[in-house]
Amino acid sequence: MKIDRATVEHIAELAKLDLTDDEIALYAGQLSDILDAVGQLEQLDTGAIPPTASVLPLRNVFRPDRAQPSLPRDAALANAADSAEGQFRVDAVLDDAGEG
Amino acid sequence: MVAYEPVIGLEVHAELLTESKMFCTCAVVDSTSAEPNTVVCPVCLAMPGVLPVINRKAVEFGLMVGLALNCEIPAFNQFARKSYFYPDLPKGYQISQYEYPLAINGWLEIDLPDGSTKRIGIRRAHLEEDTGKLTHVDGHSLVDLNRAGVPLLEIVSEADIRSAEEAEAYARKLRAILQYLGVNSGDMSKGVLRMEPNISVRPVGSDDLRTRTEIKNLNSIRSLARASAYEIERQIALYEAGESVQQATMGWDEARQVTVTQRVKESSEDYRYFPEPDLPVLELDRAWIEAVRAGLPELPDAKRDRLMAEHGLSRYDASVLVAQRAVADYYEQALAAGGDPKQVANYLIGDVFRQMNLEGRERDDIGAILLTPQALAELVTLVRQGAINHGVAKQLIETLYAEGGSPARLVEQRGLAQVSDESVIGEAVATVLDEHPDEVARYLAGEEKLIKFLMGMVMRALKGKGDAQVVQRQLAAQLEARRK
Ligand SMILES: [Zn+2]
Repeated sequence: MKIDRATVEHIAELAKLDLTDDEIALYAGQLSDILDAVGQLEQLDTGAIPPTASVLPLRNVFRPDRAQPSLPRDAALANAADSAEGQFRVDAVLDDAGEG
Repeated sequence: MVAYEPVIGLEVHAELLTESKMFCTCAVVDSTSAEPNTVVCPVCLAMPGVLPVINRKAVEFGLMVGLALNCEIPAFNQFARKSYFYPDLPKGYQISQYEYPLAINGWLEIDLPDGSTKRIGIRRAHLEEDTGKLTHVDGHSLVDLNRAGVPLLEIVSEADIRSAEEAEAYARKLRAILQYLGVNSGDMSKGVLRMEPNISVRPVGSDDLRTRTEIKNLNSIRSLARASAYEIERQIALYEAGESVQQATMGWDEARQVTVTQRVKESSEDYRYFPEPDLPVLELDRAWIEAVRAGLPELPDAKRDRLMAEHGLSRYDASVLVAQRAVADYYEQALAAGGDPKQVANYLIGDVFRQMNLEGRERDDIGAILLTPQALAELVTLVRQGAINHGVAKQLIETLYAEGGSPARLVEQRGLAQVSDESVIGEAVATVLDEHPDEVARYLAGEEKLIKFLMGMVMRALKGKGDAQVVQRQLAAQLEARRK
């Protein structure tokens, strides 16, 4: 599958990435190669394979309850599109949609 | 008029008192006071390429709660993604549990006002991560992600609750259990424990399930009880007026003591749940579960029954003492210091609680009062030994509550020791009787309640320190002697 410049620009916009023209060309090629590689999987006959959420034979992977230093706040906010008072700043969202 | 009954279920979110977050190593801090965004990392900020790892302690805490609530622990457990878009959730989804929760099918027993008990079913308890906090300021929202990723246990009851009082009893019992387990502080004002009732009403005798509303932002159990009572009445009034109830999320307006519509739900939300691919499934070791069960501390009901059996306390007194872990701890520390169990209970529930009410102090906060459990034990012992009388003890509780200190030293400093000397008391009685010939005559003529007045006068003459039994005996004897 061929990824064009417009698609890369759109993805970059969604990911808040500032790309140069050279980078757009480079990633368009790389993304196309990646999709082609993954596309090969479609040729497999998976009719007899049960669906699964995970392909790893892992169970019960835990970590101990020990706190480690967090990121310095400047680093945490460094890539934010906007920030104020040590917080991320976004357009007003007043609808209390989530809080699940 | 038709009689209505409410149908109530309670959804409770409890942050777990772990050291670190649910899926990353950031510390869990008090998010009401910590500087914003100081405990965040690539995992809880949802940066690309990171992987969550399950905090074992959070699972253990969840198991403790599930077992304490008499739940089954299914053999298979899985986390799921719950997708929704809101800036308090940087990933665009919350890691939660859906089809395979940690604990299911439990129950909790509540005490009803008539002295009977009722079991409220626990549908499920599952683990998830808390979200960040938003502050809305002029056209923008500020996002603090300190709380994002804090382990959260959601405990969902069956809709077995039939009154605001039952909802309150359920909430109190559940909060006490969380406190006893040491997995949550129970502080609703800080939002670490959040309780949301969903309420509908229907004519008594019908078993239909009508449109329900959910109430949010309740910052105390008292508010939960009031908001539920208000919402029940509001819905009944709508039906009585021939109107219908709209499915909605209500908020509780603490200042006006009313529920207000926050958001109308037209359809149920589609969260597009699917199994979390970043986390391996859990098949919890049975031996681990049994070890957690064996390690559970004594829970409120068991402690109440033991206090009744071991110390002969009434069910009411024992229930009051176990209702908050802090109070139960205080009581048991006073017993450990040698206080008589019944007397300590009486002074604690009567006089100490009165002082706390006057000060506006929550019972959870009893550990911080200046009157220590050891001092209360000492005071009770002084009464038992006859060193001071009951009235002086009550007075001393006020002083010790305000200033702290040692009861024995205060008794000595202020000369409050009980007067039991027969001749001193006899003299005081004689003087009082001489000074009140009128009352004495009326008493002897049959107005027996005047003995209380005379008793009070003698006590006053003895500066409140008289041994009540001796005073009573002397008074009766001297009054009889004047009958001739
Ligand atoms: Zn983190």
